[in-house]
Amino acid sequence: MRSMRARLFLILIAATGLVWLSATAWVYLSTRAEVEHVLDARLMEAARMVASLIESQEIDTAVASLDPDVMPDRRHSPYERQLSCQIWSLTGTLIGQSDGAPAERLSDHPDGFAERSIDGDMWRVYAIRDEARGVQVLVGDNLDIRARLVRDMVKGLALPMALVMPALAAILWFGVGRGLRPLSQLATGLEHRAAGDLHALPQTETASEIRPVVTALNGLFGRVGEARERERQFLAYAAHELRTPLSGLKTQAEIALKADRPETRTLALNQIVTAVERTARLVRQLLAMAEAEAVPAAHVEPLRLSEVAREAVAGQEARLTAKGGTLRLDPSLDGIEIEANGTLLALALRNLVENAVNHSPPGGTVRLSWTGRGVAVEDEGPGMPENEIARATSRFFRGSNHTPIGSGLGLAIVEICAEKLGGRLILGRRKPAGLRAELQLAGPREGNRSSSPGEGATGRVLGDAVG
Amino acid sequence: MRILIVEDDEILGNGLTVGLAMHGFTPDLAVSVAEADAALLAGGFSAVALDVMLPDGNGHDLLRLMRRRGDATPVLMLTALDGVADRIQGLDGGADDHLGKPFDLDELAARLRALVRRGAGRLTAHLEFAGVTLDPARMEAAVDDRAVGLSRREFTILHALMEHPGAILSRAQLEERLYGFQEGVESNAVEVHVHHLRAKFGSRFIETVRGVGYRLREG
Repeated sequence: MRSMRARLFLILIAATGLVWLSATAWVYLSTRAEVEHVLDARLMEAARMVASLIESQEIDTAVASLDPDVMPDRRHSPYERQLSCQIWSLTGTLIGQSDGAPAERLSDHPDGFAERSIDGDMWRVYAIRDEARGVQVLVGDNLDIRARLVRDMVKGLALPMALVMPALAAILWFGVGRGLRPLSQLATGLEHRAAGDLHALPQTETASEIRPVVTALNGLFGRVGEARERERQFLAYAAHELRTPLSGLKTQAEIALKADRPETRTLALNQIVTAVERTARLVRQLLAMAEAEAVPAAHVEPLRLSEVAREAVAGQEARLTAKGGTLRLDPSLDGIEIEANGTLLALALRNLVENAVNHSPPGGTVRLSWTGRGVAVEDEGPGMPENEIARATSRFFRGSNHTPIGSGLGLAIVEICAEKLGGRLILGRRKPAGLRAELQLAGPREGNRSSSPGEGATGRVLGDAVG
Repeated sequence: MRILIVEDDEILGNGLTVGLAMHGFTPDLAVSVAEADAALLAGGFSAVALDVMLPDGNGHDLLRLMRRRGDATPVLMLTALDGVADRIQGLDGGADDHLGKPFDLDELAARLRALVRRGAGRLTAHLEFAGVTLDPARMEAAVDDRAVGLSRREFTILHALMEHPGAILSRAQLEERLYGFQEGVESNAVEVHVHHLRAKFGSRFIETVRGVGYRLREG
C-alpha cells in the first residue's frame, strides 16, 4: 500500500474492530455462562420449593391440578412464563402443573438436570423424586428465553458499537491525517523548492520522528552545495586560466599586426612565443592531471626509487644547468625499494622537480633525498609564504612568487598522486631559502637497509594501504 | 587618458599596456589588488580595466572597496566567466562595462573611450575647440576640416588640454598623462611636444601661463 495514511488507518480500524469483536465474544460467553449458572440454581431452588411445599402438605397432591382458566393470562414481558412446573405421580398421572406449562411431560428422567425438546422448544428440566409421597416434581426452564436474554444483552452492547464505528472511522481518518501533517508539510516544502535552493530545512519545529530525515536531507544539501561550489570554482578558475593566455595571445598578435616600430613587433612576437609555450604547458598539465586521476592506484609494482628519481629529473636537468644550477640526487636514495604505482610516483616526482627547477635561482641547487618516509625535493628559490602553503595544492593556484610559465596545476597533480599512493604531500620552507616539498609514501619497504630497527616500524608494504 | 590596468597575467598585462598605449592611452599596470588599490588612492585615472581573478583577491572586492570610498572612476571588468549571471554581478557591483576574455583590443579601447566620455558627460566622441577637432578613436586632429597628423605624445597632450578647454594644466599633470607611473620622465618633453603642437595649430592656440602651466585659447 502506497499511502501511509490509508495504511495507518486500516491498521487502526482493524485493531479496534478486533478488540471490539473479542470483547463482544467474551461478554457473550461469560454472560451466557453466568446466566446459565444463575438460572440453573433458580430452577433447582424452584423445584425444591415445590417439593417442600408438597412435603409440608401445603399443596395437596390430590387437588393440585389447577384450572388453567382460573389463572388469568398475563403475558407482559417476553421473559415471563419462563418457568413451568409439573407434578407427576410415580404411577404416571399428572397431579398438577403450573399455568402455561406444556401439556406433554417435561422430562422422563428420574432426577437432576436434563434437556428436552417439546413442540420445537428446548427445555431445561430439573426433577426431584419424592418416593415417600409417590410424586415427582419437574421444573422446566425455556431455553429459548434464556438464549434471548443473552442475545439481548450482547445486542445492547454491540449495537452502540456498530453505530459508533463510522464516527470512529472518521475520527481515525482525520486523526491520522493530522498526525502525518509534518510529513506532508515537509513534502510540500521540498516540492516547492527551487532546483538551486540548497538551504538547510528548519529543524526546530520538526517532529522528532522526521528529524532524522530532515537531518539527513540537510546533510545531503550541504554536500551537494559544497560539491557544486567546488565545481563552480574549478570552472571559474579553469575559464580564467584558459581564457587569459588566449586573451594575451590575441592582444599581442594585434599589437604585432599594428606595430609601426620593428622593436614593438619583435617584443610582441616574443610574448606570443612565451604565451604559446605556457598554454602548451597548461594543456600538458591538464592532461597530466587527468592521467593522475585515471591511473588505477591498485596497480603496484616493486620500484627502485633511485631509478624513478633519475627518470623524473632526466628532462629537467638540462634546463637547470642552462641556468647554471646543479641537480643533486642524494645517495640516501640508493638502495631504497618500494612497492607503489610507478606511473603515479613518476608523475609526482617529475612535477616536484619541474616546480623546483622553475623556481630555482641562477646557480641554485635542486636536491632530491630520502627522508625515511618519502622523497624530499628542495630548491633554493624564493619559496612560498606560509599563508600560501595551505592553498598551494588548489587547482590553478599560483602564488605570489609564480613563474611566467606556471600553470598552477603542478602541486595539485602531485597531491592527487600522493593521495592515490596512500601518502601525502608536505610543503614547507627550506632554510635559509627555498621550498621543501616532501612526498611521503604510505609505507615504504626498506631494501638493503632494512636492518635499521628504527625504520622498520614504517615498513608496511605500500600495496596494503592502497585500495 | 590615463588608464589603470589591473591584470596579473604577464603577457596579457604587457599586451594591454603596449596595445592601449598604441591607442593613445597612458596605461599603468597593477598586478595585484594591493598594487591597484595603492595606484587608485594616488588617483589621476580616467578609467580602470579590471581583471576579476587576482593573486591576492578578487576584482569584484576591489570594485566594491572603490565605490564604498566614493571613487567613481569608470571601471571595465575583464572576465573569463562571461555568463549572464557573472555580467550581472559585475554591473550590479558597480562596474560600468564588461568585456569577456579573449577580447578585441580595438573594442577594449573603444569601450574605454566611451566610458571616459560618458564619465565626463559628453555626447560625441569628437572633441572640438576653436575650429580644432580631435578624434580620440583615430588619434587624428583637423583644423577647419583639414587633417593634421599627430604623434602619440602630441595627441596625448592635445587630448588632455581639449578635455578641459580653458582650464590650466600644469606641466606635472601633462607629464603624468604622458608617462603614467612607470616610464622615466624626460625633463623638457612637454615643452618639445607643445612646441610641435603650436607649429601645427598656430602659436596662439596653446598659451603658456607662466609658472602655472598651459591652456587652450580661442582665436
